[in-house]
Amino acid sequence: MKSTTRVGMAELRIVKNNEILVSMGIGSCVVVALYDGVEKIAGLVHIMLPYCNRARDNPNPLKFADTGIEELIRQMVDAGADRRRLVAKIAGGAQMFSSLNSFNKEILAIGDRNVEAVIRTLDENGIRIIAQETGGNFGRSIEFHSDSGIMFIRTVGHESKQI
Amino acid sequence: MSFDVENLSVIDLDKFKEIGNIGAGNAATSLSKLLNKRINMNVPEVKLINLENAVDIIGGAETLVAGVYVDFKGDIQGTILYLLDSTSLSKLLELLMNKETDTQISELNDIEASAIIEVANIMSGSYLMALSSFTGLKAVHSVPNLSIDMAGAILSVPVIEYGAYGDKTLFIESQLTDGTEQINNYFFLIPGITTCPVLLKALEVGT
Repeated sequence: MKSTTRVGMAELRIVKNNEILVSMGIGSCVVVALYDGVEKIAGLVHIMLPYCNRARDNPNPLKFADTGIEELIRQMVDAGADRRRLVAKIAGGAQMFSSLNSFNKEILAIGDRNVEAVIRTLDENGIRIIAQETGGNFGRSIEFHSDSGIMFIRTVGHESKQI
Repeated sequence: MSFDVENLSVIDLDKFKEIGNIGAGNAATSLSKLLNKRINMNVPEVKLINLENAVDIIGGAETLVAGVYVDFKGDIQGTILYLLDSTSLSKLLELLMNKETDTQISELNDIEASAIIEVANIMSGSYLMALSSFTGLKAVHSVPNLSIDMAGAILSVPVIEYGAYGDKTLFIESQLTDGTEQINNYFFLIPGITTCPVLLKALEVGT
């Protein structure tokens, strides 16, 4: 039995030795998985919002795409991964409710902005996205396997996928 | 400065609970009239939810639920989430449509979806109206939106909204049942961060 580690909103986890990272019920959030296929180290950060406002007091860096990804890279390298080998897989960024009749269009449509911020931050850090399963109007649960680097994605009423 | 939900006093928490009592009490009465059935309300709970646990507050993150999202603005602003599990949903539809139904939550037709949205609409209106007559604070609410999906993905919507300000989200949770556990629905009021102090002020004793 392979051990699994849950990664909730605004959390970051790194595993190796065949362990599995799990995130459930991802809506507009985005999970960013980084992988070093030689050392077989897998890391995941579960971000909620696009960019950190560094001027604000003491924000939790793991909530945001930019600061969350930077922290994930740092911790992957600390855990023994080679930064040059890191590749990314991302999932989430849905819009759960139509914003058509809402007063709060910006928040309901945050999924798209989260995905954009993730793509941009990875690009700025020179990390290639090798697979992506984002957008739509439905939630996702994922498993990220450190032995293979495969991400399994489950949804309600849509096909399961492996990326 | 931004309101800090992490340092609320016991008195403040009681005030939020009172909001749940007033609002959900009225919403329960509306639902009861609509269904012509007795609906009970439990004592509302005020929950401060951590980001990492937010998706689990009504059970599993992957539990399939019908969720209706309503937001409101005016003197106060915030979000309402109305959640029903699969059993409650089909029982509610049965009572509304006055016929036996074996509707699965994942295959609602347009009329059934509209019915659930209308229930949420009526309950949100009653909740806010009760709150408004008690505090004098007025608000209008948006047209509700329905999503049938994993509870976690639905609950994350208001949590993200709060996430820009802090690491905890304040949920005023009211649970409505028909006493037989066949209908078990959750009504959450999530006051906006700037609305929290306004509500607390309005509920100050002697004003």
